[in-house]
Amino acid sequence: MAIARVSIQHQDFDVGAEIAALRAGDGGIGAVAIFVGTVRDRGDGSTVASMELEHYPGMTEAAIEAMIDAAFARFDIRAARVIHRVGVLAAQEQIVLVAVASSHRGPAFQACEFLMDYLKTQAPFWKKEVTGAGARWVDARVADDAALARWGIAVTNAEAPPPPPRP
Amino acid sequence: MKLEVRYFASVREALGSGETVELEAADIGALRDALAARGGRHAEALGRHRVLRSAKNRVLCPESVALGDGDEVGFFPPVTGG
Repeated sequence: MAIARVSIQHQDFDVGAEIAALRAGDGGIGAVAIFVGTVRDRGDGSTVASMELEHYPGMTEAAIEAMIDAAFARFDIRAARVIHRVGVLAAQEQIVLVAVASSHRGPAFQACEFLMDYLKTQAPFWKKEVTGAGARWVDARVADDAALARWGIAVTNAEAPPPPPRP
Repeated sequence: MKLEVRYFASVREALGSGETVELEAADIGALRDALAARGGRHAEALGRHRVLRSAKNRVLCPESVALGDGDEVGFFPPVTGG
């Protein structure tokens, strides 16, 4: 049975075990690129003790599945896996894994970055940092929209949209 | 029409996780304005001074997208995962 491509979960993940599962049974794989995002212990000048991650159940999974479909359409890759944790995470804990396997390294590197750029701006997750001064929602970054634009995909996440015409 | 409204992150903290509403709204933007017009916490969380994103039936989409009976609409701030 094929492994799930997308998991949204509270528990931590084992990168080595995930790579092994991704490669299992496909001798044509010659490259695996991975990205692991972790919780920084500082942000905007203050110490971050922990982070709370919220998502939109049902929508988040479907959005990431669609991103993986887009990666398969665009790059010559053989397998992909995305794990994103939710709930309360302490500083230095793992948040997200993107792993992509291909025959040669180029498509794996590219698809891994493409998936992260896509996820940052289009997957419904929200981060709240808990610091000594209290909790605060993390602001979206315009730079993340620009990162996805490099792939020819224009999105507006961080910036305000123009006001729609109202009757 | 009947609509399932879902709130997330800072909007959820202000208004709760969601509500079922019975009102006429041609599109997502009209629904947002109708909810904000209630005033109070709704005006503060959903008013035009807030930068919000929206989804219809669990697909990210702009506020110009038309609504129909039974649709699920999500309102939330810009996403910050990864």
